[in-house]
Amino acid sequence: MTTLGQRWRAHPSVTAWGGFVVAAILLFAVAPAALSDFRLNLLAKFLCFAIVAAGIGLAWGRGGMLTLGQGVFFGIGAYIMAMHMQMADAARLHNDVPEFMEIAGIRELPAFWRPFASGPVALIGILVLPALVAAALGYGVFKRRVKGTYFAILSQALAAALAILLTGQQKIGGFTGLSDFRAFFGFKLSDPVNRQMLFFIAAGTLLLVVAAVRQLMRSRYGELLVAVRDQEERVRFLGYDPANIKIVAYVVAAFFAGIAGALFTPIVGIISPADIGVVPSIAFIIGVAIGGRTTLLGPVLGAVGVAWAQTALSEEFPSSWTYLQGVLFIVVVGFIPAGLAGVWPMLKGVLDSRFRKTVEPVAVSEPLPEVRTEEKVESR
Amino acid sequence: MDVLVGQLFTGLSLGSILLLAALGLSLTFGQMGVINMAHGEFIMAGCYTTYVVQKVISSAGVSLVVSLLIGFLVGGLLGAALEMGLIRWMYDRPLDTLLVTFGVGLVLQQAARDIFGAPAKNVLAPEWLSGGVTIMGAVVPKTRIFILVLAVVAVTTLATVLKTTPLGRRIRAVVQNRGLAETSGVSSRLTDISTFFIGSGLAGVAGVALTLIGSTSPTIGQSYLIDAFLVVVIGGLGQIKGTVIAAFALGLLNSYIEYSTTASIAKVIVFVIIVIVLQVRPQGLFTVRTRSLA
Repeated sequence: MTTLGQRWRAHPSVTAWGGFVVAAILLFAVAPAALSDFRLNLLAKFLCFAIVAAGIGLAWGRGGMLTLGQGVFFGIGAYIMAMHMQMADAARLHNDVPEFMEIAGIRELPAFWRPFASGPVALIGILVLPALVAAALGYGVFKRRVKGTYFAILSQALAAALAILLTGQQKIGGFTGLSDFRAFFGFKLSDPVNRQMLFFIAAGTLLLVVAAVRQLMRSRYGELLVAVRDQEERVRFLGYDPANIKIVAYVVAAFFAGIAGALFTPIVGIISPADIGVVPSIAFIIGVAIGGRTTLLGPVLGAVGVAWAQTALSEEFPSSWTYLQGVLFIVVVGFIPAGLAGVWPMLKGVLDSRFRKTVEPVAVSEPLPEVRTEEKVESR
Repeated sequence: MDVLVGQLFTGLSLGSILLLAALGLSLTFGQMGVINMAHGEFIMAGCYTTYVVQKVISSAGVSLVVSLLIGFLVGGLLGAALEMGLIRWMYDRPLDTLLVTFGVGLVLQQAARDIFGAPAKNVLAPEWLSGGVTIMGAVVPKTRIFILVLAVVAVTTLATVLKTTPLGRRIRAVVQNRGLAETSGVSSRLTDISTFFIGSGLAGVAGVALTLIGSTSPTIGQSYLIDAFLVVVIGGLGQIKGTVIAAFALGLLNSYIEYSTTASIAKVIVFVIIVIVLQVRPQGLFTVRTRSLA
């Protein structure tokens, strides 16, 4: 037990790479073989949520910024992708405007649609726009030292504002959103092979995102981020600008959410304001909280687990899922703030103190005790 | 001219609704630092209380007055229960109270859906509130004037209670210095519960008022909650004066922008203005100067 544990800690990069190989085998070989086309598509959708969750884990778990508005960035990515696919479909049919506009009686293409006719521009937009919006809000908020609850409320208000804005705009699908896409960059979406390809893209993206978050967490920057979360003033006195550190994490989280949104649209086949408003934005949080917000894999596994549970449960008991979701928020955030990843260390701590009869000093105000010190030391 | 006056009254009316929704929050969020996301659902509880009371008392006028009292009690009891059951453990973790109370809100919403059904319910307005009054060429519905008056009454009552009664003094003492208040013999537990009772009761009253201008659905609270939070953020924490001014400022701003653009664009513009205001006054418009670093 101890030797295994020691070896585990002695070679973190070896085990991490081992973990990546296992995850890659699971995602790229086992899942396509074991799951039906329908289930695989469902898993692809969950992977999109997991990408968002990885970003939230960084911003919230590591940086202490509770972002309640990731739906905004998810939505920007998703809508740009949706607009591009609509335009591509229209171009193939030699129409001037997408089908839903024709039905609504809009004959001329609105100007803000035009750039996204080009695939590269759409891709750049997906990568850049969410990050820009996050940078602007982050700059406006963190530079003025607006933080904590204020930031949470503002990020949430942004989600509400965007959802209301989109609902009111008939030119971008309004309340019903955009749907009925035929092709994804020239590949027919009706073909199961292409849908499998989408799954692989989502899985590959998730692996890349997790690797990126891992590198960030283990870097000097990751140390600073945790330091800002725990002692912002001290970091400021050391000569750093905590605002910049926070903005980076927030922008990275937004960047991931934008990519996730862009993948979500072709996988699910519809994007509407209901997918990006306040409630779905906060719902992203629950998976992160359940998995363990400060850990690397906790948010990812939590997001997939919660999305899976939601689908499984709401098929059978439509109303009970909402109750369960509410209770999960209450129980997990209220009583196991470290999430499932923190249950074992917590139990271990209780057992250790029970058997060794030693009382460990407990920091009362320490919100997230499971960030281990050896993790902080090794990346120096 | 009458358009301008019309928009003025729309703004004042929206402001008074925001004020009613935000007044309780300014107590629980502003004074106690607890972000109660279930506040919107307490508003919803007020709405459904009115609906149930009207089922029992058929006279719309009597039922409204009774509803205001029962709505306050229902909201207050829900709030006190929430405080005793959950929030008392979490005073040092404000961000977590946000998520926990969001969970409570989800449960209450679904409960309302299961009990009353998803379709919207309507409440009859009393006869003496039907029709409108013409003020400087603009027709203002009487219900809106009633809500404005109700908001003013609620604010003055709350301010008087906080300022003059022993309970108010205890609340202020606990907010300013919990430890010192305790040593002076104030029970901070009891004070916390009472503060929550009053704050959430005000949400119930806001709910009763909302039934006068629209129908009640399980998600009605949500649509007002974020705006109410913005009001408290802009007004400055723990400031009734700030809350009042911010509520009317946002209401007026919203109605004038909405008139020249659309409702959905107005929301976005108002949001941007709020972020800009926070650049100048990060702690809100009105705030007690302290020497704290943040």
